[in-house]
Amino acid sequence: MKERRLSKVFSSAYLIVILLFIYLPIGYLVLFSFNEGKSMTNFSGFSLKWYEGMFQNRMMIESITTTLIVAVVATVVSTVVGTVAAIGLSKAKRLVRSIVMEVNNLPVMNPDIVTAIGLMLLFISVKFQLGMVSLILSHISFCTPYVILTVMPKLRQLDDNVAEAALDLGATPFKALTKVIIPQIYPAILSGALIAFSMSLDDFVVSYFNTGAGINTISMYVYSMKRYNLSVNAMSTLIVVTVTVILILVNLIPWIKDKKTKKEEP
Amino acid sequence: MKSFFRMSYPYILWIIVFIVAPMFMILLYAVTRTGNETLTFTFTLDNFARFFSDPDFIRVLLNSLRIALFTTVFCLLIGYPAALLIANLSEKAQTMMLMLLTLPMWINMLLKTYAWRGILLNTDFDSEFKVFIGMVYDFLPFMIIQIHTAIAKLDPNLLVAAYDLGANRWKSFLKVTLPLSVPGIISGITLVFLPAVSSFVIPKMLGGGDYVLIGNLIEIYFQQTGDWNFGSAISLIMALIIILAMWATKKLDRGAQED
Repeated sequence: MKERRLSKVFSSAYLIVILLFIYLPIGYLVLFSFNEGKSMTNFSGFSLKWYEGMFQNRMMIESITTTLIVAVVATVVSTVVGTVAAIGLSKAKRLVRSIVMEVNNLPVMNPDIVTAIGLMLLFISVKFQLGMVSLILSHISFCTPYVILTVMPKLRQLDDNVAEAALDLGATPFKALTKVIIPQIYPAILSGALIAFSMSLDDFVVSYFNTGAGINTISMYVYSMKRYNLSVNAMSTLIVVTVTVILILVNLIPWIKDKKTKKEEP
Repeated sequence: MKSFFRMSYPYILWIIVFIVAPMFMILLYAVTRTGNETLTFTFTLDNFARFFSDPDFIRVLLNSLRIALFTTVFCLLIGYPAALLIANLSEKAQTMMLMLLTLPMWINMLLKTYAWRGILLNTDFDSEFKVFIGMVYDFLPFMIIQIHTAIAKLDPNLLVAAYDLGANRWKSFLKVTLPLSVPGIISGITLVFLPAVSSFVIPKMLGGGDYVLIGNLIEIYFQQTGDWNFGSAISLIMALIIILAMWATKKLDRGAQED
């Protein structure tokens, strides 16, 4: 009994140390965003001036907007393209499907930097001006494979007979698609979109090689900074808060729904 | 229904342009000479010869492999017990733990590395150790989650059976849990080693200007020197080494399972 309690204490302590390590830089970002001085190692007093500084920093605000625009466009396009492609591939000949899936896996397996320079060489060799469009195209091209990888397994579990039945009953192929197939794979599409969105937000390497002058994402802005600027801490704090709120909501919604249905049942 | 396969045509065209063509471009640049006019390529293996004949480049390559290997081994040693302990928690505590582990993954990696730069600023660690901390930090959650997924899939009856047959905790771990979690270990190793070898952000931000890994070398030849042919050759060499390492890991896995 005693031994068991001891191992429980040890286990909790171990996990707490891991969590402390993982949250250390996040705590640091948040704490120093409120620093009165501009030191990054010495906390001299509470102030909100770095938040003010952040909103006055045009380049930083622009980088946030660019990051969001690119992520939203890349997510929408790659989700649509990836879902359509996955549905098509699930009905394609086995050989075609396995070849396409192999190629599709390349950007997933390749180091980011290889994907990045490949795209850059492509854009430059066809004299495509590097800028917002090439940035978005490159994001679509590394996000779509993840959507396909998420949607495909769900599609292969589907019972083909349901869609066949819809067609037999006079539904047009388009109707069979939107009324029968899509609703069944909807959760997989959603998680594919979520993965695409987070990949796009987190990317640095592909953006760095495929953007034009003056167009920065948050990652690129932070990378190019010569000196430490606590407004970056302020921006990070706002990002941490947003992410936390979203994750809590995402985890809470199914739980509330669950409670509601349980209440309605008896 | 059968006609639905036509829906894959646009994507097939897309991957030819945006996946196959870029890979081909890297290969083409790697085996040609700088200053080619379009349509008059001079094929050469000079770029590869240049890399392997220069001790400085070899040293950079070995440094990258060494730090990636250390990072991977350390993440495995720290991450495996963590994954095991998480798997033994109650279901609610497990969900909570996994959420706490994934939350920071949603925060931009550059911002977290930037934070480490501040934290490590006044420490006496050498560049390599700072980069090592940054890499372990960035990749550890992937290792833990991969191994946890494998362990959580285990049928608890297997352990009960092992106990019934007289195995103690340590023995049942060695004979049941560990071998069956190998797929998780393998994918964990892949998710750590691969980005660690090719990373150029962490060494640049934490190692200071003179700490160069292979990823930094590629960046230098693309963004500063403008020698894309040599840069392409380096990235090809790196990609081949990674493929080789992955192949060896898989081979080891098979060998272990046959024993």
